[in-house]
Parts: sequence; structure tokens; C-alpha cells
Amino acid sequence: MKLTEVIRIAWEAILKNKVRSFLTTLGIIIGVAAVIIMVAISAGTEATISEQITSLGSNLLFVQSSFSRAGPPGMGRSSGGLVYDDAAAIQEGVSGVKAVIVEQQATATIKAGSVTLENITVLGSTTEFPSVRDMDVAQGRYFNETENERKQKVAVLGSTLATELFGDANPIGQVITAETTKLTVIGVMAEKGTVGDVDYDSRLYVPIQVVFQKFTPSMFARIMGDSVRLLYVEMEDDANLEEVTTQIELLLAKRHDVSLDSLDFSVTSQQDIISTQESTTAAFRSLLAWVAGVSLIVGGIGIMNIMLVSVTERTREIGIRQAIGATPDDIRMQFLAEALLLSIVGGLIGMGAGMGGAILYGFLSDMRTVIVPGSILLAFGSAAIVGAFFGFYPANKAAQLDPIEALRYE
Amino acid sequence: MNDKTIIETIDLTKVYGMGDASVAALDGVSIEVKAGEFLAIMGPSGSGKSTLMHILGCLSRPTSGQYILDGQDISNLSKKELALIRNQKLGFIFQAYNLLPRTTALRNVMMPLLYDHNHHISDEVGEQKALNMLELVGLADRTHHQPQELSGGQQQRVAIARALINDPVLIIADEPTGNLDSHSGHEILDLLRSLHQKGVTIVMVTHDPITAEYTQRVIHLADGKVDSIKHNGHKL
Ligand SMILES: Nc1ncnc2c1ncn2[C@@H]1O[C@H](COP(=O)(O)OP(=O)(O)O)[C@@H](O)[C@H]1O
Ligand SMILES: [Mg+2]
Repeated sequence: MKLTEVIRIAWEAILKNKVRSFLTTLGIIIGVAAVIIMVAISAGTEATISEQITSLGSNLLFVQSSFSRAGPPGMGRSSGGLVYDDAAAIQEGVSGVKAVIVEQQATATIKAGSVTLENITVLGSTTEFPSVRDMDVAQGRYFNETENERKQKVAVLGSTLATELFGDANPIGQVITAETTKLTVIGVMAEKGTVGDVDYDSRLYVPIQVVFQKFTPSMFARIMGDSVRLLYVEMEDDANLEEVTTQIELLLAKRHDVSLDSLDFSVTSQQDIISTQESTTAAFRSLLAWVAGVSLIVGGIGIMNIMLVSVTERTREIGIRQAIGATPDDIRMQFLAEALLLSIVGGLIGMGAGMGGAILYGFLSDMRTVIVPGSILLAFGSAAIVGAFFGFYPANKAAQLDPIEALRYE
Repeated sequence: MNDKTIIETIDLTKVYGMGDASVAALDGVSIEVKAGEFLAIMGPSGSGKSTLMHILGCLSRPTSGQYILDGQDISNLSKKELALIRNQKLGFIFQAYNLLPRTTALRNVMMPLLYDHNHHISDEVGEQKALNMLELVGLADRTHHQPQELSGGQQQRVAIARALINDPVLIIADEPTGNLDSHSGHEILDLLRSLHQKGVTIVMVTHDPITAEYTQRVIHLADGKVDSIKHNGHKL
């Protein structure tokens, strides 16, 4: 029997019961769409997060204070975590380091002329901040080493902040008041947008020494003095990640007078963060894949059910076909083709629905969705396999009918 | 008419069920049918007519005995081989027509060609062949009608066209006029007789003596055995 004939007969049988056929494929449609949408969501999340991590700068190591093992802060010099001078020490004592920046944050109410803005983040940093964190200065300049060391009252505005304070006027050279401190504006940053939940454009950038001196941010920071939470270490392009990490650990352990197995800080690379995040989303994704897989199987059972009904309903037709010479293989092929066609059509509709749904979801929610071609193939392939698997039993049942019994069937 | 033997059965038996509950539907049937014959099988209900027709039609296998169809012993063929024989050598006409519903007359007639594993017949050739067959049975103007749009007599003509399309060596008709009024019944019998005159071999089951009159020879069955064989006077 020619394949085109097999397909034509199967297609006609499907069209003879349009509503029933559609309801039958609904399980497959939902299953395939679910696989595509769920993979698109998790791939979108993954892409967003790794972009955010790399947008922090490239070739970065994060050195973070960790107090957990070293007892409460301030109880002894040796267990105080990172201090400001550690940055300079790393810069000088570790080979393969391009730059080290330190950040300390505070919030302040900011005034310029008649404009008052509350709760503005004041980010104290060192001079390499723009290059390490991959940010550009749009207008004027960033502060320099001397200004930082001498605690000069200068400030660089985030782009949104500049517009809010000065509108279209040129902010360079203007004086703003942060809490009680007067700061001279020397530059405006280029637009960076929001990464994670940090809005880079509405912040105020000042020398870290000014933050230490003027904006003691909290009780905690006051106790800690010039303690810092986080150092960003930018490595040379050809530096070896492990070597740099080991050097930093050795150096800081010595400076903090702690042993290597009870460090009061931790060194993490960007890759570590990306890997952690990837393993989280991978677990999430495999959970989703299981859920979607189950719905495909449910869809397959639906197909098997309706094919069994169809074989019973068409017993007489099977008898007629057998009488005029259809072999058991011909009959099996016909019903298998019908089951397969049902699931393939369901798979195609599901593909459309899944891609449409993924795009729509990305459009309507804040979450990004990325349609993964592999997921389309996987979903469609599983639908076809499910159709063949669950179609086999009814098809076999049809093939084994006795022609005389089948012809007698009313 | 030549002397070629189309059907030869030797001591056919068919037993249904097992042990004490077993029924011998056929109990040693030996018959012979020559090419070009028009034969009727008669007998009371339960005498084994249908059982014999099923075996002659290769729809079931005998419990014992031999069945030689067109020179080939088919007593022990597989399901698949029997299907191929049905397709190549036999044409069926049923009491209940057994056309596919919601399928045009043309497609119904073409159906046996679908399962012709030996010759791959193109759609155009197949369609032309089916049209010729429909013309032969007088339905050239009904090719695109579906069974439910045709009268019983017309449906049976479509079934006859379908039985003929593969040039079978034997037509098996099981009460072909059983569902028809006497007028269309006679039309169908006239058609069968004209096919017979063209050399087609036909074996027909009937319980109606008038219907049996159309044939050359009548085999009477009783209790699964051949009871008598009667020759109708008329010759070709
Ligand atoms: N599938 C079957 N199972 C058991 N017994 C059967 C079956 N088919 C026919 N028989 C029995 O075989 C005998 C002959 O039946 P059948 O060939 O149908 O006779 P007819 O067609 O002459 O009425 C009957 O006694 C019937 O009950
Ligand atoms: Mg009967």
C-alpha cells in the first residue's frame, strides 16, 4: 500500500470526526506547548542572570567578608573581615591583578537648588570603578586618586539623577548637598540601566574616603570603621584564575592573621556565580520537563483511548478491507498512521501555541523568554514517539481482528 | 468455457469449539468447480453454507481437508498470504453490500487496487479501470455518489464492480439479492448472468429456489455434507 494512500485514508478518518480529533490532540497540544514555554522561560531567566553577572565587568573576582566563622565583628582585629587597605595590598602583592576597587554604600537626601530627592544611594568607590565595572563617563570625568585620598568633596551623577536635579542645564561645576555635605559635580555617567534590582542611573558616585568620612551608613558600619563588605578584583586577561585566588587567600589570611581553613572572607569568580545559577535553573528546568513530559503521556493515553474507540466503531470497515485483500500489516499501518498523524498535527499546533505563548508571555510579564530550538525538536519528537507508542496497541488490535467476525459486526 | 478447474475441495471439515461442545459445521465436503461455471449452494439454515463460503473465500481455514484454488493448495497459508489471494483471485458480493460509507462509488470500486501488492497501479489507470467497471454494471452516471445516496440495487452494483476490478478468477456471492426487492433482485441476477456469459466463474449462496434457477448447477448441503447436486437444464 502506498504511503500517500495510507496518509490520505488516515487524514480522511481524522477529518470525519473533527471535534473529537481536536479534543483528542488537546493533551498533546498542551504537552508540547508546555515544554516549549517552560524551556523558553527558564532559558530566558538564565540568559538574563548571566548577562547581569557579566555586565558587572569582565574577568572579575569578588572578595567578600564572611564573619560566620570568625565570631562577631569588632571583637578583635583578626576577625574583622575585609578592610579598606586590603585593596591596596592585593593590588601590590598579587601578580596578575589589573585593578582592585572597593565599594561602600550609603543613602542620603540630596538637594540642588529647589530640587530635593530622598533616599538616594551614595556609592563610594575607588578610581578604577568605571573601567572595572564596565561603565562609561558621558560628561566631565570620574574622580582621581588624589581626590579620593584627600577626601575631596566631588561627585559624579548617574544619568537619571542628573536630569532629575538639573533638567537640561549642564550639571558640571554645580554644587549639590548630600545630607549636610556640599559636593561639586565633576561628571555624569553614561546610561547603564537597571541590572538585577540595582538602578545604576539614579545613584550618586563619590570617592570612597568621602563615604567613610561623611556618610557612616549604619550602626554596623560605624563599629566596623573602615571595614568594607566587598572588593572587586579585576584580573589581567591572561591571569590564571586559581593562582590569583590562592595568592589573594594567602595574602589576606596573613594580613588578617587567620588560618587558611578559617578564612574571614571568601573569593568567588564570576564563573562560580554563573555555575551556581546554572545548576539552579537546570534543576528547575528538569522539573518543568517532567511536568511537561507527564502531560505528553496523558495526551498519548488520550490518543490510545480514542483509537480503541475508533477501531471498535470501524470493525465492519476493517472486515471489508480485509475481505478485499488488506493484510494485517496494511490494517496495522492504517491505524498507526492515524494515531501518528493525530499526534503530529497536535505537535504542530502545540509548537505554534508554544512559540506564540512564549513570545506572548515574555511580552506581558517582566520575564524574558528565549525560544530554544532544541526544545521544539524535543517536544515535537516526543509527541510523535508518544503517538506511535500509544497508537501501536489499538493498531495491533485492529490488525488481528478476524475478518468473518469483523464483517458480521453491527 | 474451458475445462480448467477453479475450485477443488477434498474432504473439507470445519469444527467449531472443543470436546463435547464441538460442532462440525462442515463434515467432509468434496466439490469441484470448473472455470466459467455459475454455481449455487443451497441448504437449510445451519447446514454449513456460510462456513463453506468463508473457506472458499479464503476468509477462514478448514480444520482438515484440502482446498485447491486455481491450481494452488491454500489449505495452510498464513493470514497474510490468504489476504493476498483474496486480493488477487477473489471478488466478494455480500448480502449487505458492505461498501465503505461516506466514500464515493468510484473510491469504493478502486479500493482493492490499494491492497494490490503485486502491481503498482497509478491513480489515473486505477480510476479509469474503476470507471470501466462502473460502466459495465450500468452506473457510469453515479460515480461520485456515496452509498447512502444510492438505492440498494445500485449499491449492490457498486459492490459487483468492486468485486470485478482485480480480474478475479472467482466471484463469491453470499445471498446477493437477500436485501433487495424482487425487481432489483432480478436486475442483479441478470447482471451476474451476463458476467457469467462473459466467462466469469461465480459461486453463489442462496436459500431462494427462484434465484438458484439463474445458475447452471445447484449443490445442496445438509448437516455439513453435500446432499445432492442438481444440473439446471439451461446451457450457455
Ligand atoms: N463461529 C462459530 N462458532 C461456533 N459455531 C459456529 C460458528 N459459525 C457457525 N457455527 C455453527 O456451524 C454450523 C453451520 O453454520 P453456518 O455455516 O453459518 O450455516 P448456514 O450458513 O448454512 O446457516 C451451525 O450449527 C452454526 O451454529
Ligand atoms: Mg449463513
